[in-house]
Amino acid sequence: MIHSLFLINCSGDIFLEKHWKSVVSQSVCDYFFEAQEKAIDVENVPPVISTPHHYLISIYRDKIFFVSVIQTEVPPLFVIEFLHRVADTFQDYFGECSETAIKDNVVIVYELLEEMLDNGFPLATESNILKELIKPPTILRSVVNSITGSSNVGDTLPTGQLSNIPWRRAGVKYTNNEAYFDVIEEIDAIIDKSGSTVFAEIQGVIDSCIKLSGMPDLSLSFMNPRLLDDVSFHPCIRFKRWESERVLSFIPPDGNFRLISYRVSSQNLVAIPVYVKHMISFKENTSSGRFDVTIGPKQNMGKTVEGVVMTVHMPKAVLNMNLTATQGSYTFDPVTKVLTWDVGKITPQKLPNLKGIVNLQSGAPKPEENPSLNIQFKIQQLAISGEWGILHEIGAGRTSWCRK
Amino acid sequence: MTDSKYFTTTKKGEIFELKAELNSDKKEKKKEAVKKVIASMTVGKDVSALFPDVVNCMQTDNLELKKLVYLYLMNYAKSQPDMAIMAVNTFVKDCEDPNPLIRALAVRTMGCIRVDKITEYLCEPLRKCLKDEDPYVRKTAAVCVAKLHDINAQLVEDQGFLDTLKDLISDSNPMVVANAVAALSEIAESHPSSNLLDLNPQSINKLLTALNECTEWGQIFILDCLANYMPKDDREAQSICERVTPRLSHANSAVVLSAVKVLMKFMEMLSKDLDYYGTLLKKLAPPLVTLLSAEPELQYVALRNINLIVQKRPEILKHEMKVFFVKYNDPIYVKLEKLDIMIRLASQANIAQVLAELKEYATEVDVDFVRKAVRAIGRCAIKVEQSAERCVSTLLDLIQTKVNYVVQEAIVVIKDIFRKYPNKYESVIATLCENLDSLDEPEARAAMIWIVGEYAERIDNADELLESFLEGFHDESTQVQLQLLTAIVKLFLKKPTETQELVQQVLSLATQDSDNPDLRDRGYIYWRLLSTDPVAAKEVVLAEKPLISEETDLIEPTLLDELICYIGTLASVYHKPPSAFVEGSRGVVHKSLPPRTGSSESAESPDTAPSGGPAADQPSVIPTQGDLLGDLLNLDLGPPVSGPPMATSTVQMGAVDLLGDSLMGDESEGLRSDVGGSPAMGGSGGSFTPAPSTTAPTNVGAPLGSGLGDLFDLTGGVGTLSGSYVAPKTVWLPAMKAKGLEISGTFSRQVGSISMDLVLTNKALQVMSDFAIQFNRNSFGLAPAAPLQVHAPLAPNQSVEISLPLNTVGSVMKMEPLNNLQVAVKNNIDVFYFSTLYPLHILFVEDGKMERQMFLATWKDMPNENETQFQIKDCSLNADAVSSKLQGSNIFTIAKRNVEGQDMLYQSLKLTNGIWVLAELRIQPSNPSFTLSLKCRAPEVSQYIYQAYETILKN
Repeated sequence: MIHSLFLINCSGDIFLEKHWKSVVSQSVCDYFFEAQEKAIDVENVPPVISTPHHYLISIYRDKIFFVSVIQTEVPPLFVIEFLHRVADTFQDYFGECSETAIKDNVVIVYELLEEMLDNGFPLATESNILKELIKPPTILRSVVNSITGSSNVGDTLPTGQLSNIPWRRAGVKYTNNEAYFDVIEEIDAIIDKSGSTVFAEIQGVIDSCIKLSGMPDLSLSFMNPRLLDDVSFHPCIRFKRWESERVLSFIPPDGNFRLISYRVSSQNLVAIPVYVKHMISFKENTSSGRFDVTIGPKQNMGKTVEGVVMTVHMPKAVLNMNLTATQGSYTFDPVTKVLTWDVGKITPQKLPNLKGIVNLQSGAPKPEENPSLNIQFKIQQLAISGEWGILHEIGAGRTSWCRK
Repeated sequence: MTDSKYFTTTKKGEIFELKAELNSDKKEKKKEAVKKVIASMTVGKDVSALFPDVVNCMQTDNLELKKLVYLYLMNYAKSQPDMAIMAVNTFVKDCEDPNPLIRALAVRTMGCIRVDKITEYLCEPLRKCLKDEDPYVRKTAAVCVAKLHDINAQLVEDQGFLDTLKDLISDSNPMVVANAVAALSEIAESHPSSNLLDLNPQSINKLLTALNECTEWGQIFILDCLANYMPKDDREAQSICERVTPRLSHANSAVVLSAVKVLMKFMEMLSKDLDYYGTLLKKLAPPLVTLLSAEPELQYVALRNINLIVQKRPEILKHEMKVFFVKYNDPIYVKLEKLDIMIRLASQANIAQVLAELKEYATEVDVDFVRKAVRAIGRCAIKVEQSAERCVSTLLDLIQTKVNYVVQEAIVVIKDIFRKYPNKYESVIATLCENLDSLDEPEARAAMIWIVGEYAERIDNADELLESFLEGFHDESTQVQLQLLTAIVKLFLKKPTETQELVQQVLSLATQDSDNPDLRDRGYIYWRLLSTDPVAAKEVVLAEKPLISEETDLIEPTLLDELICYIGTLASVYHKPPSAFVEGSRGVVHKSLPPRTGSSESAESPDTAPSGGPAADQPSVIPTQGDLLGDLLNLDLGPPVSGPPMATSTVQMGAVDLLGDSLMGDESEGLRSDVGGSPAMGGSGGSFTPAPSTTAPTNVGAPLGSGLGDLFDLTGGVGTLSGSYVAPKTVWLPAMKAKGLEISGTFSRQVGSISMDLVLTNKALQVMSDFAIQFNRNSFGLAPAAPLQVHAPLAPNQSVEISLPLNTVGSVMKMEPLNNLQVAVKNNIDVFYFSTLYPLHILFVEDGKMERQMFLATWKDMPNENETQFQIKDCSLNADAVSSKLQGSNIFTIAKRNVEGQDMLYQSLKLTNGIWVLAELRIQPSNPSFTLSLKCRAPEVSQYIYQAYETILKN
């Protein structure tokens, strides 16, 4: 199981280490640094590295490497999932998962790690339980603690630990009972030069924020559950009922959590809501080229496309770019050769356009590669897959509503 | 008010200041000080000097302070074992605390302190906690057993904790069950032989119930444990599958993959006609695809596993090609894996899309990725015949880009395409030749040279081209040198008139100026071939080559089946069985897929055939050693001498050569791996190096030890008809080590003749034939009395049973251990070596009964230092049963005496080489341990005689 954990920042300093079994020397990280050096880019460090006596499984999150050391045959996914859970917990506790946040709260971090893993076996990873064991730091609490001398470690056994619903604690009380569901859908598409879709899929999640008293039992039904054939559920969802009735029935954890994530494959896909007209060409022998890109909305059901950002990885031979944008602003980084164009909102009357001259290194051959355009955008209040939920609540009959 | 203040130091000396603070009266100050200590510890600073001061803070009601002190203790107790004892009392007291949180915390922390003195005190509290009324304490205690086992395994066994832990599997609380399973699995890993997780339908049922209710981590442990279970029939397998399927929708990807493992394994038992089988296949695809939308690290592990799954059951993901298209922002390790799977899934139906994608990838920035993409195009051409033409034109387009590494990679794959479709795409050679100058990598140069040599008759200036390479012959890598040598010889055989000078030049370069033995040897072979018989040379060098197929990069089916059992583990990431890399895994149990129970599914369903399921068709895999040279190898590998059984020792010469050759194998191994090109090069390794000329040992007795001096006394006599004990067959040569040939066997002795009973199993994809066997010289001169008779070629997945008669007139050499036998087995693929230990009782001859008087005299005559005593434990037979059982194996009881209630048996036996062994066996009716005293002129054999006694008596 998981032997030790090292937290390493981007400059290669080990700023925290925790051992759950015997102490493993820091020198084991040298193998990691070696791999890191070889990978050049931090994101390309392979997640599983073998060393003569140990295996290093690492994740890279928020500019921190979480490197775990294991010695026996362990499912690597288990380790990776756990490391992500650790990072999530830090995020949850400190608002951000950064080196400074961890250093500022090193004692809590240590207590958390001790609580999350025992002898390499996960012990308590649900944020609800952890928060009962170790209270998250707040300014108010630290003031109170320093006056009264009380601590931020709970001294009773968390109630959820042993019940069949380990994710919820007992005795939750709210004056305003409310439940929010955010349906977030991302389309992930590759579109070729001529505008036809090579590959597209929708990744959707329903993130919930539940602030309800007692033990509420909720059920959520869908207009078109047929679309959701590939789902991953939070453990609180009763699988049997979903199988038989296609209804999500669950006792929710308290606070924020991800209820389900789902994938809608391209067969069920509606059209991509934006299109791009592009003209990028490089002239032979003149070390220059033309660049002309227009972005426009397709049928978008009357919703505005906003937050549009285009990034282009230009070929290596590009020296700089001299462009004019009809809307928004652009930057070109001559080191990484990345062009970023922050467009903002698209108004169908006046389509945003970016055009101008590309300057190439003199004498360099005409670049072969076609730069890929990466466009991100947001549409509020629209679910591409056509999902809409209706919420019922059994038990307490409280108000609740949906937000998109 | 952040913790970073704990890192600030003052000039006065940190440790000194902390010490003062720790001993302060103020609680608050104490706590702050401990926090500072912990903070220093986290960054690896040594604060062990504060041990006594920190431990003093342990006795407190403040839980936070207590936890902090515990944290400190876990880190430093090892370095201060004597001080750590001070903490024991508090621990023991805390284990009785009314608050379950504190009880659990105490037992948990105690388990983490790896000090022997402390573990002694741990046993009692742990025993209590394992039976605690609170499940939280029980589940913590379960893990603690695993910790304790890690520190002191013997203690855990002696204290009976393992049984308590097994009982916890039936606990009412699912969390306790999950932790018990986890702890047992971990313990079992270091004890592969022990049967700790004894699974039966009842316990499986309990696990499946707990599976629904425990935490995600617990589910992983339980699923991994389930995967080791072998259901008794397909119905049981199906019901387990049904209950595991819901886990595929879990948010935790590790749970999903563990569930996939269970399903993939148990599916093997389901009949393919079953509706349920189809449903299950359909259910497996979506979760696997979903794993690809997770974080890149998870994707990587998932992809490595999908790679295995796709090879085992291509039908699962055959419609999901598009999800494996790479995204521009995937990390490189994900991109490379996706590419691999794309090729595996490529079929006629989707090849157009795949090629379009691959062509895009070939213009990317990352060099490694581009190379692999180009290579992938070549693999597509070889895999999907209909697409070959399109692939070739795509490759030509890429060569036109003149990007150096793209061109080189393209040439390497075009060489493979030529080998798959000979005489079809030669029109492109002209284009290739244009790029000759830009090639600077050995592999590309070697490929180009191969092409020039192979098609020398169509390239007008082939001699000029090859000559230009020859200029810098000594600076080239071995790969290129070898290829150049072969290519020029090919050219010479095709155009002998113009190239005589060239071939002379290269042969002298290779044989005289090179110090690489492989190159030199190959040069000599060509030289000799050319000078003695040019016609034969032509037949050898320009022989028809077998076609290559894409199956060459598939994982061997036996290995694949094993890896499927390890889905989700490190083994699946490395695509190697755990025994190959997990440290200290000498005893790792090889897992295997359960056998099919149904009968109707011997043929693969038709829809898998076009996509190239590994089991579906019999591809023409290139034998790793070329046929040509394989034949040459036969030089000294004819079937072993089958001369008369009483032949002299010199006849075993062949075997000696064979084994001697294996010693030369080291240098040839290195070569074999970097030979890529024509099969004519395939097996050029050490096989040409002359076998060491071992002279037959005529003077056998001389080098041997004292007692063995009178070896070679022939046995002759035939005693009573008897069959001695025969051990069950064990695997001697695993398929993985012998290119698919598995050999298991045992030794037996019946009516005076010894035989070796073998089962040969073919686990490779091709037919095996031409079997032969030889033994190395051994301590007792064991040798085959007849050649190995395998009448028909052995088809894949077939096995054959053979009984090979042995005699003991072979040449003798003392082995270590004495009963070690080294065997060489040859078939059409290769020569394999293994060694095995034979039980000594096959050598006990039938006339081994000594006269009573003689026995007494001999016993007295032998010096006392020749006597050895052994204990035979746990044997419940009485004296008569023992004596009749031993008689069956030619150990004869000469006298029996009863002394003070003990039975004394006096026994004698004789070995095939005439050594007498005298024995005294003492049996006490109440004691299951026998005492065996052996006297023999050659005391080295005593130990093996004792082993033989044990085997006979215990079976």
